[in-house]
Amino acid sequence: MKTPVQFRLNDQPVAVFVDGGDNLLTALRDGVGDVTPKFGCGQGACGACTVIVEGEPRLACITLAEACEGARVETLAGLRRGPDLHPLQSAFMEHFAAQCGFCTPGMIMAAKALLDRNPRPSREEVVEAIAGNICRCTGYEPIIEAILAAAASARRY
Amino acid sequence: MSRHRGRGMASINYPIGMNLGGDPSQALVHSNPSGKFTVALSSIDLGQGMKQVTRQICAETLGIPIEDVFVDTADSDTGPHCMGSFASRGTHRAGNAVLAAAREARGVLLEAAAEELEVDPGDLETDGRGTIRVRGAPGKSITVKEAAQAGQFKQGRTIAGRGIFLVPLSPVDPETGEMSPATCYAHAAMVAEVEVDDETGVVTVVRLDSAYELGRALNPRMVEQQLVGGAWMGVSHALYETPEPYYPDPKAGGRDFVEYLMPGPGDIAPHDIAVLERPAPDGPYGGKGPGEMCANPVIPAVANAIFDAVGVRMDTLPITPEKVLRALKAQGGARPQHRAGR
Ligand code: FES
Ligand code: FES
Repeated sequence: MKTPVQFRLNDQPVAVFVDGGDNLLTALRDGVGDVTPKFGCGQGACGACTVIVEGEPRLACITLAEACEGARVETLAGLRRGPDLHPLQSAFMEHFAAQCGFCTPGMIMAAKALLDRNPRPSREEVVEAIAGNICRCTGYEPIIEAILAAAASARRY
Repeated sequence: MSRHRGRGMASINYPIGMNLGGDPSQALVHSNPSGKFTVALSSIDLGQGMKQVTRQICAETLGIPIEDVFVDTADSDTGPHCMGSFASRGTHRAGNAVLAAAREARGVLLEAAAEELEVDPGDLETDGRGTIRVRGAPGKSITVKEAAQAGQFKQGRTIAGRGIFLVPLSPVDPETGEMSPATCYAHAAMVAEVEVDDETGVVTVVRLDSAYELGRALNPRMVEQQLVGGAWMGVSHALYETPEPYYPDPKAGGRDFVEYLMPGPGDIAPHDIAVLERPAPDGPYGGKGPGEMCANPVIPAVANAIFDAVGVRMDTLPITPEKVLRALKAQGGARPQHRAGR
């Protein structure tokens, strides 16, 4: 039995039909067609599917879609404003913080959730915020540097 | 019960590419209707920068801006032949193939331009920004786009080039066992500093210092990116990762990211890197490429640092706390190797 779920995705109202037990990642990727959250492990262990629900970072693969009824959901797809990249996106580019890019959407959303509530984080706070996100390629250092640089520049966005 | 510091080093002489029946890569370069160029390649970009580096090589050779080159690595069914992205061969093998293809395409491009300008192709030069000029005649020029479109619509000419780079099979000499598996070598030296807890067996990499010689760094920022990320992977191989921790019995292996251990952002060590550039005579613009060498020296350097710290020789990977504790027990405790007062 399909159930309708309605929520706000990046400030737009969306409605999808989901099966009971479907997770938010499936609803976003297969239902809405927003493929920016990635499927890495499907068990809450890699962070590639990180999105922001009601201001909190969430692993979409272990979040029930039906639990998001009426919620505000943010994904990487909503970050850029027209031609302007979000400071986090620019900083990831400038600091070479992506190689294969598979972890990047989750990293950026985890970082955005941090900067939204703590605009001037310390290095330790940045590390803690992305501690659940695995990156195979970069060695993390460029990602940490990019997030700190985005925090320093964010007032201009 | 205490923590011991140790320092270890490793250096490597690293072959670029491999030689199992010869090592070829092909590339095709052609102009598009817009007067821009496409490189067709089957060598896949896994994030290491293959697309960027081959794009630079093509643009540099044709004398056009980098924005005017597209690299299509989409499909190994329909693309030209390539052995693949492995053995640290991308920059050198695929890069050389792109260089050859772009050179041939450049020759045709200059012929098309020469016909339009009514001069000899040998008198033409490119400015790197998409204009072809007659040497010594400043006013006489044509854009690459105009030349490519003249080739297409007036002259009936395909502005295109083919390139292959082949390192032929080097057979093993039956008498001496000698062979030559590679045409050029990259080099690295790495110093690792670790802390070993003799109560828990946990090894922490405290810092890394390295020097890499990898031919000309065709894209210095991407080289650095590879070296930083690769060293992390080296630490991970040295201390964390294994699909079969109780090899040869695979039963207790990690099956997913919950059980397969990798260091996280909180486990990284400061890493100071020096890049030395000694252009390879047979490399595209002198490039050899960092490749797998990024991860390799970390492992022996860490193992040597553990020996320096507590006196045990670890010879299987990864060097887990359990293995360190067993070795310490067999030895009768930690025996720091370094001289006092260092
Ligand atoms: S896919 Fe959700 S944590 Fe890995
Ligand atoms: S850039 Fe490849 S996993 Fe992070």
